[in-house]
Amino acid sequence: MTTTLRPSPRTKPGNRSRPDKGSTPARKRSVRRPRTDLRAALIFITPAAVGFIAFFLVPAVLGIGYSFTDYRVFGPVNFVGLDNYAALFQDPLFWNALGVTLEYVVINIVVQTVLAVGVAVLMHRLTRSIVVRGIILLPYLVANVVVALVWFWIFDYSSGIANQVLAFFGVHPVSFFGSDVFAIPTIALVNVWRFMGYTALLIFAGLQTIPKEYYEAASLDGATENRMFWGITLPLLRPVLALVLVISVVGSFQIFDTVAVTTKGGPVNATRVIYYYIYELAFEKFKFGYASAISVVLLVILAAISLIQLRILRADKSDLG
Amino acid sequence: MSALTPTRTASTSPATRIRRRPIPIGKMIAWAALLVVMLVSLFPFYWMLRTALSTNADLPTGAGNLLPVGLSISSFERVLGITQPTGTGGSTASLNFWLYLRNSIITSTLITAGQVFFSAMAAYAFARLRWPGREQAFFIFLTALMIPPIFITLPNFILIKNLGLLNTYAAIVLPYFFMTPFAIFFLRQFFLGISREVEESAMLDGAGHARIFFRLILPMSRTPILTLAMLTYITAWSDYFWPLLVGSDDNVRVLTVALGIFQAQTPQTGPDWSGLMAATLIAALPILILFLVIGRKVVENIGYSGIK
Repeated sequence: MTTTLRPSPRTKPGNRSRPDKGSTPARKRSVRRPRTDLRAALIFITPAAVGFIAFFLVPAVLGIGYSFTDYRVFGPVNFVGLDNYAALFQDPLFWNALGVTLEYVVINIVVQTVLAVGVAVLMHRLTRSIVVRGIILLPYLVANVVVALVWFWIFDYSSGIANQVLAFFGVHPVSFFGSDVFAIPTIALVNVWRFMGYTALLIFAGLQTIPKEYYEAASLDGATENRMFWGITLPLLRPVLALVLVISVVGSFQIFDTVAVTTKGGPVNATRVIYYYIYELAFEKFKFGYASAISVVLLVILAAISLIQLRILRADKSDLG
Repeated sequence: MSALTPTRTASTSPATRIRRRPIPIGKMIAWAALLVVMLVSLFPFYWMLRTALSTNADLPTGAGNLLPVGLSISSFERVLGITQPTGTGGSTASLNFWLYLRNSIITSTLITAGQVFFSAMAAYAFARLRWPGREQAFFIFLTALMIPPIFITLPNFILIKNLGLLNTYAAIVLPYFFMTPFAIFFLRQFFLGISREVEESAMLDGAGHARIFFRLILPMSRTPILTLAMLTYITAWSDYFWPLLVGSDDNVRVLTVALGIFQAQTPQTGPDWSGLMAATLIAALPILILFLVIGRKVVENIGYSGIK
């Protein structure tokens, strides 16, 4: 008797059938409804619109504006045209920050996604236990700063438990945060620890949408779990995976907290990620104009990466039906 | 790092062997892999506790000991300000814990309450009301999802500074108080799924939009709202960058910022690990307790947040 194909007891049918209703709001003949709810809509949307305009839209426009100036918070503001962008291309620290960030993102995303898919599939096939899922989610509840400090201690060179374990196996102690080779992979894996469970739960929810009949039919045909994973699970999971990937990649580029409380960009520039570099430029050197220019470049890079990802993964189309 | 390797290799293969019936060895391997993942998830929490209950003087010699070395709760007492720091074991830093806890609770609660409520209002307008320009307006809101936060953080900092709000609760709360694109998007998906009939029969009874929103939509969406609130609370509680920029002053300092400063004060040569771990554990505790109380609902619903 395999428990793996058991229908999910907690699936709420109402939630499952939502998307198709959602995309086209049922347009039944309305009961004496006015042609438009514009007045009510304006009232309902005003607070959010105020917040959106004040803290998203205007700052976004201003950010682009600052990038063409030498704004330094204090003193006069001068329009400098494309000077910031020209300087940026000559700035070895900018290219270093970009490279370091990319290394971080690649390690972080690859490990996290592979692990999360693995854990999600394991849970999908083994258990619907809320306790298991709760424990997997636990690291996500802890602030980045806390996560960073705990692993900073676990990976401490002289007294950290990680090096004690290595010593037990006869391996020389590793300076995880202190070496320019290991610092970025270490930080990347530390953040895998925090976000992997959350990602796994998102993917797990995506797995619930795959009709179990597919697996039943496949196993009747004698397909192995391995073939089912590559032939059913992964293709049908693709739209979910694509969205999860886009969100995690954009999030991964924002690596700051861990660096700020552990390595502070060091050793030398080995962990000076782009967020940390922008932070230093803006709040330690007060080069707001230049920092804004780098933010604009980051925005363009992220937009491009998101579009490419969505295109490659064809996130809008499901293989289902 | 080393702790993570076993699960990586395990994640691809064990599922392949689950369904062999005679001896479910594949299934055992799969369970073992899942257990390793759970163990790795839990271990740092234990390590915080074990270190916090140790004394700094004993930590270097008992580094490999899985139990507390020199068992003592002095670190908790020191961090909580119950006893005065004595200077043994490297650090004399203490943490004005209760103040920072209060600040974290105030800012996170304000952010969550405002953001969820106002986003729900907007989501209602986007999902249930008919008005010209609705789709276009929603699309503009959505584009904000793509903007990396740092892009708007610098101008927002200048805005807050020019408003004279630096080092106030308002500074920490305001940018997240009215909405996030994610919150609106998330709730709109749920509101779209509520059947028109319920709404229309309420209208027949003469209920207005406000009544429908408060008496019908909100109660019917309890679970997604709770899930969103928990996610918002976690995000607000964990935020470091923004409060560091606008609220590092002692009287509005939140726990994450306080931890960063506490860490910066501890000497590089002989860090106060015991005190640091006591502080991190205490800082993590409120959310963990909250999770114990309402975690079940959150775990069940978390999937919906990322997907549709």
